[in-house]
Amino acid sequence: MSHGVWRQAGQRLWHDRIGMGALLVVGVFGIMVVLVSLHLLAADWAVERGEHYANPTFLGPGPDDLALIEPPAGRLLDLTAVDPLAPHYADIERRTRALQTTLKPRLKTLTFGGDRYGRDVLKKAIKGSQVSIVVGLAAALVATFIGSLLGAFAGFCGGLIGDALEWLYNVFTSVPYILLIFAFAAVSGRGIVSVIVILGLTGWTGVYRLIRAEYLKHSTREYVRAAEAIGAPPLARMFGHILPNVSHVILVQLSLNVVSFIKAEVILSFLGLGVSVDSVSWGTMLNEAQSELILGKWWQLTAATLFMAVFVTAFSVFTDSLRDALDPKLR
Amino acid sequence: MIVCDSVSSYLIRRIWQMIPTLLGVILLVFVLFHVFGGDPAEIIAGQNASAQQVDVIRQQLGLNQPWWIQLWIFFREVVTFHWGDSWATREPVAHIFFTRLPATLTIMVPLFVMTLVLSVPIALGVAYVRGSLTDRLTMLVTTMALSISFLVYIIAGQWLFGFEFNWFPIQGWSPSLLTNLAVYVPLPVLLAVLVSLSPQVRLYRTFFLDEIGQDYVRTARAKGLTEGRVVFRHVLRNALIPILTDISLQLPGLFVGSFLIEVFFSIPGLGREVLLAVNRSDYPVIQATTIYLAVFTMLINLVTDILYRVVDPRVVLK
Repeated sequence: MSHGVWRQAGQRLWHDRIGMGALLVVGVFGIMVVLVSLHLLAADWAVERGEHYANPTFLGPGPDDLALIEPPAGRLLDLTAVDPLAPHYADIERRTRALQTTLKPRLKTLTFGGDRYGRDVLKKAIKGSQVSIVVGLAAALVATFIGSLLGAFAGFCGGLIGDALEWLYNVFTSVPYILLIFAFAAVSGRGIVSVIVILGLTGWTGVYRLIRAEYLKHSTREYVRAAEAIGAPPLARMFGHILPNVSHVILVQLSLNVVSFIKAEVILSFLGLGVSVDSVSWGTMLNEAQSELILGKWWQLTAATLFMAVFVTAFSVFTDSLRDALDPKLR
Repeated sequence: MIVCDSVSSYLIRRIWQMIPTLLGVILLVFVLFHVFGGDPAEIIAGQNASAQQVDVIRQQLGLNQPWWIQLWIFFREVVTFHWGDSWATREPVAHIFFTRLPATLTIMVPLFVMTLVLSVPIALGVAYVRGSLTDRLTMLVTTMALSISFLVYIIAGQWLFGFEFNWFPIQGWSPSLLTNLAVYVPLPVLLAVLVSLSPQVRLYRTFFLDEIGQDYVRTARAKGLTEGRVVFRHVLRNALIPILTDISLQLPGLFVGSFLIEVFFSIPGLGREVLLAVNRSDYPVIQATTIYLAVFTMLINLVTDILYRVVDPRVVLK
């Protein structure tokens, strides 16, 4: 595929209004992810600034929970006669006076409400977007790289290598996908890197199948034969000649994988198999939101859902446009 | 008779071909858990065990043996169905399988049937009026529905129907199948059907669209066949082949169940059990489930390939 073809695809994409709109949304998220990664945005997401479940600003401050509790009425019971600590009362009082506690004033409302600890939900959602998107993207890169590499060898070499790789593919696809993820999760630790490794090592099979088919098709084409005739070694033919011609398939698979891995990361983190407790992702936010709904605190669920829905929809729409632009024959 | 012969020889050849794949799955699970997993003896013994106790357990499990002997022990366990007990609960693994499976199937079979019964007609209808407002609206709604996590549907649905409206119990399970079907199954199945409809309708719509555009459909119409006969006799029957493939891909998942549904609704099924096992590092349960479901998947694929022949007589088994 020459530069001209890429330029044509770029032009087709440029004229696809829906695709460009989606790309704009994805771009905004991309800038957000970069800013968060540079600690320029939402770096203080973990600071407990507001009250316990502070209301969103537009709702106004909620009722004061402490004021709702009636102060005890009537005479205080004198327990001095039965209390074993009674001889120490004077001592306790003296020590209490020596200690000073100050209550830091907490905000009554936060931009989009607070969570259980009074952290800003909006900042959590922004930080969570960064974690979820980075994990999805990195896992997709790993899976697509493994799948493309193995697929290239299987399709181009055939023979013993091809059989061995087909065997590996059959082994991985014969276990239901979710069980494969669980088995990998059972032996690996928790944390962002683990999730990327788990999803990357289990998710390469789809890319492998497609790239293998492409290499099978291309390896007998005339331009590859011609390259062989002028003495290009196998590796040069695989990656110098065929790879540019199948790179559009790889690109589309990569972006399809990003969406499915983001969804997988959210579920894994929700189940506690994903990012660790001291981090935040859309999945851990949904996990916390589960018990908040009954208390009437809907903002964390809404924030995580909205951020995820907007990004995933935009990315899926963009992927469709990308596929249409790169492969006009598919229409 | 000739047909029978060819099918049986085909069967034997296919089952023979499964052996290397199965050995591969066993090897994969062995490598995963023995090379990358934590030390089983320390997991079993717990945190308060002395070094001596850990040593004894290691001896019992054969962990001091060279790896090829361990692989052989593992292989023997798989083939003889003798997995021993769960590390966490001392419950035999086989017993876990047979007591958890009914709950999973009670959820998954109604879910599977309902999704199929709803998605095929909707997809056919939408494909038939392709390009119309109904079609475009359906595509828009399904795209948006797909972008929201499954988790959100369950959290919101459980709260809305179980807590606010109080139509269904939020969670629970009973020993009686009838009570389960009448009381505890409807809400999880309803939510799961809502979620699985979107991808299913989209997929089946493309299958139907592929067939509706074919020349034979135009020929059938040109012959003067009624629309009903064209759609149900010609289009539906041909589109059944990819639909069958899709169903066969989903069938193995039926047994792991929708583990999310089981976790949220406290349903004592296999999916929840596997997840518990992952959290407790209960290796025997995970290993057994993985290997047996792999075997099951291979068998389903085989049955599907034979079913193709029933649906489409042009298919030749080789």
